[in-house]
Amino acid sequence: MTTADTAPLTYPFNTPEGLDLSAEYERARNRPGLLKVQMTYGEPAWLVTRYAEARLVLGDQRFSRAEGALHDEPRQSEGRRDSGILGMDPPDHTRLRSLVAKAFTVRQVEKLRPQVKELTRELLDELEAAGPPADLVDRYALPIPVAVICRLLGVPTEDRPRFRKWSDAALSTSSLTAEEFDANQEELRAYMRQLIEEHRRAPQDDLMTALIDARDVDDRLSELELVDLCVGILVAGHETTATQIPNFVLALLDHPGQLALLRERPELIGTAVEELLRFVPLGSGASQPRYAKEDIDVGGTLVRAGSPVLVAVGAANRDALRFGAPGTLDISRAGNQHLGFGHGVHHCLGAPLARLELQEAILALVTRFPELRLAGDVVWKTEMLVRGPRVMPVGW
Amino acid sequence: MSTVAWKAEIDPQLCIASGACAGVAPELFVLDGAHSRPVRTDIAEDERALDAADVCPAMAITVQDGEGRVIGPRP
Repeated sequence: MTTADTAPLTYPFNTPEGLDLSAEYERARNRPGLLKVQMTYGEPAWLVTRYAEARLVLGDQRFSRAEGALHDEPRQSEGRRDSGILGMDPPDHTRLRSLVAKAFTVRQVEKLRPQVKELTRELLDELEAAGPPADLVDRYALPIPVAVICRLLGVPTEDRPRFRKWSDAALSTSSLTAEEFDANQEELRAYMRQLIEEHRRAPQDDLMTALIDARDVDDRLSELELVDLCVGILVAGHETTATQIPNFVLALLDHPGQLALLRERPELIGTAVEELLRFVPLGSGASQPRYAKEDIDVGGTLVRAGSPVLVAVGAANRDALRFGAPGTLDISRAGNQHLGFGHGVHHCLGAPLARLELQEAILALVTRFPELRLAGDVVWKTEMLVRGPRVMPVGW
Repeated sequence: MSTVAWKAEIDPQLCIASGACAGVAPELFVLDGAHSRPVRTDIAEDERALDAADVCPAMAITVQDGEGRVIGPRP
């Protein structure tokens, strides 16, 4: 065995400007066992790239998120993220998740569909009136999820520019120092504390009020947990969807045959969004390492208790052992159990809402503008956990 | 007296295989195929069955008590 085989590879593999899946992943998937990788900060970790092992690590309680707090977690920035509910294991995780789960079930979320449909119509009217070229991110992709999560949680939509900055920093992988990172987190918490106090004085019909009741009436969570849960819902509730809308549009523009098929058969929007969730690797790399609580064999590698494992869902979503023609975008693909929303107890809480928003946003856009096209250079986000356009000029 | 008190069921039409139930209550639910399923339908009284029903993103889990009343997901 040579040193090259044992020295950890530098991670993440994906380049931030674009949506390609690094070829390194295919090499990793095709070799036996797991690969050892080293992120910019933290200890080395095992990297999972195959579908079956991804489901194992994400779904098995012998792997822990909470354990990470006791270790030098692999990460892209110096600052240690306090990942809130994402850093918890059952039963703590269950206690918090069950408080918010009700608001995001398929049944609850479906009630929002008419509002979201109306919102896409209004935004497209405004876009059309302004004329091309228009920035799809600022005028369409961001306003949709921001408006929905603000209304649902009870945050004033007009504060978008303020929490945009904090939210950007919270997901940033840039050279923010640990102090800057903490300062940003405290600003965001202070903002949310103020909103919570306002809700305490004047309760509303929203999720924040329901969570305040769970704290003040039933004592089911601490004040800090309440604040961080609201912050988490606000950030997670818009950033990823706002990023995937332009990403999905880019992927469809890149596959004109599939885009034409979707316009011809709009009833395919459900499977189309699932396929786009599988096909588009959102992350610059895996994050949220899982720590083995005991020695476990994972795909032929013995992962020792106390070792971190990173799961590259973008790579697992292109595993030929699970998906036929994994590198092909097929919007009518059946049986598409992708890992785009993760798997296991941390499976995306907002998945039903994200699905609905993506379906409505994509379908409304491509049907309104049959000649939709890029009308300038895409400016990519850099130094973010999620990849996607920061600015995307479109014409029609 | 029977220890079988409750019934746990998963509607395969609704299940999206998130694995959340198997994560919350691995003794009660498994995800070993396209959908999750209860390990057995008749279960002893167990708070975690209600937890699982509560956190299911698809509201696919139903828990009934001994008298056939639906007690999970909780309102």
